[in-house]
Amino acid sequence: MSVELPVLKPGDFASDQDVRWCPGCGDYSILAQMKKMLPTLGISREQTVFISGIGCSSRFPYYMNTYGLHSIHGRAPAFATGLKSTRPDLSVWVITGDGDGLSIGGNHLLHAIRRNIDINIILFNNSIYGLTKGQYSPTSAVGKITKSTPAGSIDHPLRPLTVAIAAEATFVARSVDFHIKHLGETLKKAAEHRGTSFVEVYQNCNVFNDGQWSYMTDKETKDDNVLVLEAGKPMVFGKDGNKGLRLNGFQPQVVEIGKDCELDEILVHDPTVADPTTAFLLTRLQYPRFPEPIGVIRDVDRPTYDFMINDQIEAAVESSGEGNLQDLFTRGDTWTVD
Amino acid sequence: MANTTEQSEQFPTSQKPAISVRGVTVRLAGDSGDGMQLLGSQLTNTSALAGNDVATFPDFPAEIRAPRGTRAGVSGFQVQFSSDEIFTPGDGLDALVVMNPAAMVTNIGDLKDGGILIVNTDSFDKKDLKLAALDKNPLEDENLSEKYRVIRVSMTKLTRGAVEELGLSPKVADRCKNFFAMGLVFWLYGRDIEPTLRFIDAKFKGKPEIADANHRALKAGWNYGETTEDFASTFSVPAAKLGPGTYRNIMGNQALAIGLITASKLSDKPLFLGTYPITPASDVLHELSKYKSYGVRTFQAEDEIAAVCSAIGASFGGSMAVTTSSGPGIALKGEGIGLAIIMELPLIVIDIQRGGPSTGLPTKTEQSDLLQAMFGRNGESPMPVIAASSPSDCFDVAIEAWRIATRFMTPVMLMSDGYIANGAEPWKIPDVASLERIVVKHPAGDSSGEQYKPYERDAMLARPWALPGTEGLMHRLGGLEKQDGTGNVSYDPENHEHMTRTRAQKVANVAEVIDDIEVYGNNSGKLLVVSWGGPFGACRTAVDQCLAEGHDVSHVHLRWLNPFPKNLGDVLSSFERVLVPELNSGQLRMLLRSQFLIDIDGLNKVQGKPFAVSEIIEKIKSYA
Repeated sequence: MSVELPVLKPGDFASDQDVRWCPGCGDYSILAQMKKMLPTLGISREQTVFISGIGCSSRFPYYMNTYGLHSIHGRAPAFATGLKSTRPDLSVWVITGDGDGLSIGGNHLLHAIRRNIDINIILFNNSIYGLTKGQYSPTSAVGKITKSTPAGSIDHPLRPLTVAIAAEATFVARSVDFHIKHLGETLKKAAEHRGTSFVEVYQNCNVFNDGQWSYMTDKETKDDNVLVLEAGKPMVFGKDGNKGLRLNGFQPQVVEIGKDCELDEILVHDPTVADPTTAFLLTRLQYPRFPEPIGVIRDVDRPTYDFMINDQIEAAVESSGEGNLQDLFTRGDTWTVD
Repeated sequence: MANTTEQSEQFPTSQKPAISVRGVTVRLAGDSGDGMQLLGSQLTNTSALAGNDVATFPDFPAEIRAPRGTRAGVSGFQVQFSSDEIFTPGDGLDALVVMNPAAMVTNIGDLKDGGILIVNTDSFDKKDLKLAALDKNPLEDENLSEKYRVIRVSMTKLTRGAVEELGLSPKVADRCKNFFAMGLVFWLYGRDIEPTLRFIDAKFKGKPEIADANHRALKAGWNYGETTEDFASTFSVPAAKLGPGTYRNIMGNQALAIGLITASKLSDKPLFLGTYPITPASDVLHELSKYKSYGVRTFQAEDEIAAVCSAIGASFGGSMAVTTSSGPGIALKGEGIGLAIIMELPLIVIDIQRGGPSTGLPTKTEQSDLLQAMFGRNGESPMPVIAASSPSDCFDVAIEAWRIATRFMTPVMLMSDGYIANGAEPWKIPDVASLERIVVKHPAGDSSGEQYKPYERDAMLARPWALPGTEGLMHRLGGLEKQDGTGNVSYDPENHEHMTRTRAQKVANVAEVIDDIEVYGNNSGKLLVVSWGGPFGACRTAVDQCLAEGHDVSHVHLRWLNPFPKNLGDVLSSFERVLVPELNSGQLRMLLRSQFLIDIDGLNKVQGKPFAVSEIIEKIKSYA
């Protein structure tokens, strides 16, 4: 039976709370694109849940007129796992950041991804701790000067998408707060994937780490530094559209099409390949040597945790009937006193 | 399928005379690989089936396979079976079975004078003595036979002989020797071997040879007792006068699992367990993971924190949410529990205590987490605390914990301990129809478009449990302080104080619905013994004996530690002295003193072992 859903507008997903991010924060863009995209999914507000941890990004649920949990630092994937396992009917989103998701919550992120629970994890990466006012994060570059690293960071950074691939992710994508159309489309693809969708969003913190992603967003440089991935299309980029990515053995190479090689030697993107090798390779591409890919890097099928945990229950009920208390109490040997 | 047995006659029947005794305490001790726990649980089950009241105390090392033959590797199982109602596994031993020298020297101190010592003499060679760090063979001690009735049995050789025809390797054959020992003990106490034969068949279903070998070893042990001159008679322990009803033998963690499932059914809320393996709590996970046809979802999380957080997520979605652990895990869950407190969601947190601090004594019992349960979170974060008093009581407290959690929209801490978790006793199976339903309400959808108020409270100060998926009730819960009513984030100073007091008052209101405390013995007098948790049995037994001897002593046992029953203050002040025996340095005593401003004495033991009844009797008598 299909129920006619009322047509919702982006404004319907806005809560009555004032948004309190700093003016100019990249989070506004992500919030706007989310509110714009959600009505296109045909899922009601009451069926939607946003769960976050702690950090600037984690205020997100308060601004959504859906169900929500603003939980504790780093643990949002665990709350989401409990909720989705017991309520597979809900559409569950996890909003996290580079500190929340990769530092204190690294463990939970790994395990949610490997279990392939059907949730969407959006990691706002601004490479800084914003809410605690400017300490370096697990994605800050070596040498980064921050409040807690006056002599420069000596921590080698993590790459969120590489971590996700290593954790057996079935859906991995990246977008940028500044590229709003691309961001909206990427969020929609994440929502449509069954299993854990992991999306890294390059997000500018204009107060503590302004310009972190400017090479990806500035008019003059972005075309040469952004590789827009599209399924079935060659990996071509550059202002003049004449640069491409080629494999030399296991090493990626930037080449000029028509000069170094022909178009047919350029890698063609296929996010559905079961083997994660190419996806891994794409997550390693880093400015300035390489353009950094945006779009869906990996999108494969694997049974979800929430499906399987409920399937085991259904199978048990089917094979032995729904359990009743009398049987439970009298299992094993009993004796009667008159 | 249930096997219902009328109180059975011994099978086979011994031709030797039987001496009738009221009760017996037996300990079986051997290497951790010797199968002593299995032997003990079979003896317990069989004794329960024979209608005895039983109580057990398994005691094993933290290492799975500590070095063979060493004192560190000794695993023991103590059981008392009786024709009287009993509450403890007994103090002094009437019989001790030892499989090697290490087991002998570490346990013989508990054997009563004149008690029976059954020894496997085949494991007392030089090497065995060295492993047990002994210079000389304790069996050669001249006083041994004067002090005890020593039965020397060449168990390894006799077992090999019994299974010889099967052509098993010596290693496999030797593994059957615990069943030989079992057969002998069963003979000695007139126990029926049938249930154990059935057990062997079930356990070794795919290995008929092994099943056959164990059958033979068991019967050989029985025949050994019957035919040799070592024993002139057997002992019989008549059935106990337990109230009419159907019984089964149950361990604490089993009863907890069954209680949780029952609470789930009574409240019509599917059970979700988010947990992480830890001793001695893991068996609750093992048990619950079997009951999928009861709609039970078990989630073995990546860590203790994820375990509690997943449970809170499930609670938000409308499940009966449970997380289980022991002390170290509860410490890790603290922040998550605080979140459930401020979000005001129902949750059962189960702490099966063990020796601490830190990793402490994982397989030993202790009651040292009470203050952690009360205060082990940041901020002012009270929660109700309930404690089980015995293995079968775990069933009742699980149901009561969920009743309170849902009525008051709060996490509830349920305390058990290693002694209760692994101990066993008969459980009178309740009539399903007589169990009171747990009524849980969720607000219905609302299409008016008005902003929903998730923190509007009822008379008890509980807020509504609105579930995702309900139209018009969209709301956000979180760890930031809430404005009462709307649930919006609020930094208002007055509101914070109001909310802190409201959360505390809500927990205090639990006292309105829990039972008043009942005094065992006179309602006033010279001495009141106050217990909580596992020491219930030792305290009740000690008070009973002292009452029989004419001492002026009464007993109360606390099921709820937070809040205390409303009449507790009056009860305490009706006695000249109050004594609190606890397996910690005085945690309940501290709480009682601070709440009631009454001086209270402690009897405190922190040895990883339960109280002996005699220790409590001695203390009670010191007041005379």
